[in-house]
Amino acid sequence: MRQVTDAANRHDPYPIYARLRENRVNLLSDGSYALGRYADVVGLLHDPRISSDPHHASDPGSRLLVDNAPFIQRDPPDHDRLRFIATRYFGPPVSPGVVSGQEPEILSFVNGLVDDLPSSGEADLVDHLAYPLPVSVICGLLGVPKTDDEQFHAWTEEIVRGLDAEQQEGADDLIKQREQAQIAMFGYVTELVQRHRTQPDGSMLSRLANDQTGQQMTDGELGTTSLLLLIAGHETTVNLTANGVLTLLRNPWALERLRAEPDWVIPLVEELLRFEPPVQYLPNRVALADIDLDGTTIPKGARIVLLVAAANRDPDRFADPDRFDPDRGDIEHVGFGSGIHYCFGAPLARIETQASLTAFARRLAGPRLAADPPPYRPSPVLRGPLHLRVTYDKRD
Amino acid sequence: MPGKSRAQRIVIVGASLAGLWGAATLRKEGFDGVLTIIGDENDPPYDRPPLTKQVLTGWVAPDHTVLPHLEPLGDTRWLLGTPAAHLDRRAGEVVLADGTRVPYDLVLIATGVRNRPWPVDEQATLGGVCGVRTRGDAARLIGHLEAGVSRVVVIGAGFTGSEVASACRHRGIDVTVVEQAQAPLTGALGGVVGDVAANLHTTNGVDLRCGVTVDALEGSGGTFRAAALSDGTTVDADVAVVALGGMRNTEWLADSGLASGPLGVAADAGCRAVAVNGLVTDDVFVAGDVARFAHPLFDYQFLTLEHWENAVVGAQVAARNMICAPEDRRPHACVPTFWSTQFGVNIKSVGVPSLADQIIVTQGSTGAGSFAAAYGDCDGRIVGAVTFDHGRWIDHYRGLIERAAALPEPYDADLPDKPEPARFPPHPAATYHGPTVVVTGHSPTRMDAVRLPDGRSARDY
Repeated sequence: MRQVTDAANRHDPYPIYARLRENRVNLLSDGSYALGRYADVVGLLHDPRISSDPHHASDPGSRLLVDNAPFIQRDPPDHDRLRFIATRYFGPPVSPGVVSGQEPEILSFVNGLVDDLPSSGEADLVDHLAYPLPVSVICGLLGVPKTDDEQFHAWTEEIVRGLDAEQQEGADDLIKQREQAQIAMFGYVTELVQRHRTQPDGSMLSRLANDQTGQQMTDGELGTTSLLLLIAGHETTVNLTANGVLTLLRNPWALERLRAEPDWVIPLVEELLRFEPPVQYLPNRVALADIDLDGTTIPKGARIVLLVAAANRDPDRFADPDRFDPDRGDIEHVGFGSGIHYCFGAPLARIETQASLTAFARRLAGPRLAADPPPYRPSPVLRGPLHLRVTYDKRD
Repeated sequence: MPGKSRAQRIVIVGASLAGLWGAATLRKEGFDGVLTIIGDENDPPYDRPPLTKQVLTGWVAPDHTVLPHLEPLGDTRWLLGTPAAHLDRRAGEVVLADGTRVPYDLVLIATGVRNRPWPVDEQATLGGVCGVRTRGDAARLIGHLEAGVSRVVVIGAGFTGSEVASACRHRGIDVTVVEQAQAPLTGALGGVVGDVAANLHTTNGVDLRCGVTVDALEGSGGTFRAAALSDGTTVDADVAVVALGGMRNTEWLADSGLASGPLGVAADAGCRAVAVNGLVTDDVFVAGDVARFAHPLFDYQFLTLEHWENAVVGAQVAARNMICAPEDRRPHACVPTFWSTQFGVNIKSVGVPSLADQIIVTQGSTGAGSFAAAYGDCDGRIVGAVTFDHGRWIDHYRGLIERAAALPEPYDADLPDKPEPARFPPHPAATYHGPTVVVTGHSPTRMDAVRLPDGRSARDY
């Protein structure tokens, strides 16, 4: 697992995952247990004996953040209550049109981004395509001023860098930095929520802040939930899109086919979620009971690392798993997780990435990578290129 | 290809979910011969679960339920609007009601189930008396609901009846539900969960009458007006929805020599039909609601499962087994699954709860109407599970059932740690009116089993 977190392997962790998959359970040096086989990862994602609540961890961290944790760090029934409230303003049955209603704006915004690229030459498609779209969309949806982008982006970087702090060298410092950034950003969104109380609009934060249904979040929960949605709403999609551009450039036949068949983007993005998932593993689950897997016992209280990127390439589940093949038909990936914590923003991530990749394929002629592999962002958990310099002959 | 079937003509009887998936799988697995699909309805295959849910509430139009073709079906002949009337296995032909003979090398039976009609003809034909099985039925019922009705009476509180009641309440229409058992859904999920379902009905404003049957549907001027109940009361209503379950469409097979009847068409775990004499056939396969197959996971009991997923998976297994080499055949062994949506609650189930003796609530709370519960047989093995608004946990229970695990203890604190009786009604063994089969021949090598012609009892022989 040290090899997974080692930045030198960031560009291609899959051979390491293959080795981790050889053992059903891997006991790591920090005492946690890593699993990478598809059946086990799916099994534990649905297992009621697995907790996501940091209260069960040996060192849960800051009281403010832990006691007000958002649904991703909660177990039922609190998880169900918080996720239900957030869903009320994001998706069916109460708000069925929210995500699909974003589509026209997403398409025009993506095309605007491509319009702004030089007519030929070189561009960084992380900075100029993969990043700006999801940030703009999540800001609009939540009701966060886009002009604050730089400020919350800096906090987000700190938080993401510390996501797997427990498995890294210098864990204590990383955890401290992560928590400081979280608390600062928590203060920022809390202020924002207050502003939405005095000047409400139709955004999700406004609707959550002014919820009168009798089943609303506390202010603390509202703060951490907003924080979660803001970070998860763009950090992951940036990587999915950038991984997609990279994968298309490495598979020119796929780029050709996408140009000719725009609808093919749908299975393409699903295969991408299997092949290069933007969330590579879930580092912070805890066993609430002894869990027996064919004679190996994960003891009660142990931290569990679920390697979804390894599961997605398990040859016992997917034929020829290291081949990028959107036509494989059977793409039941765990790129969005599974079970009660299945990605909240999945439908939004899908349409954003579909729009970006389609625009990239159709509007840039003769694109090629300036450097392969590209430089990567530091996190092994939310994995993706830091920059993606692409040269092309002509922008349409 | 060595070992692979050399069949050139495959006929699928039944143009619904199982039929379509059978066709798609045959093409996907490389069958490039003549494919014919026969259906009694005029419509191309459509999806039935929405008919009592999104369609009845008015969200989706009845004709917006057409099933997509997930595989190109190539050159496929569709014979829609005329039912199959006979299966002539000697000639290798399906005979339609209009006399058309369709020859086959292999045939897949997927004729499904129809609504069990109200038993008294004059009452069944009153205006306002309907069932919900086809999209025509759904359109007719919506017509009534939208014309303005004072009350709907639903006869039977299984899944269909409960979903119809839910849709009526969604539309603000008064509804009375009459159920013979002590609670809704009891046949499928037992009395413990039935009590939770009863609570759902009553808190949503349904006038629920349990432990009661309908004696007669009364009308005037050819129109339904009221239902007379066995407790002596009368319910005034404009619409009666008959939701008494289904009848398997096997009559057309009466002279086919297959082991078929009201219980379905018997098949082995590989979806091959069984003949009257108990031998497995090689050219007749069965899938969907009409298939009664030996399930390896449940002591090889013959099960019929009227579930969406059973139709899809059964058809996939059957179609693949039709054309693959015999040694590559696979059993239809998947754990049964179904779902329902009623009164805003998502209900899911895996396994076969009705085989259970005991039940234990493992997550959530039945009082709050949001929970998971596991069903165990008399040996303490888990055989099924149900969730109310806990659907994302269902795969955990599916895994336990697949592994034949012990009935789990509760996962949440504060739940009773001992199972209780699941309270299923006694199995209605006495209702079987299948064909009479007799053994003939006098030496072991000459013995056979044959079915008596309809109307003749063994004594006449």
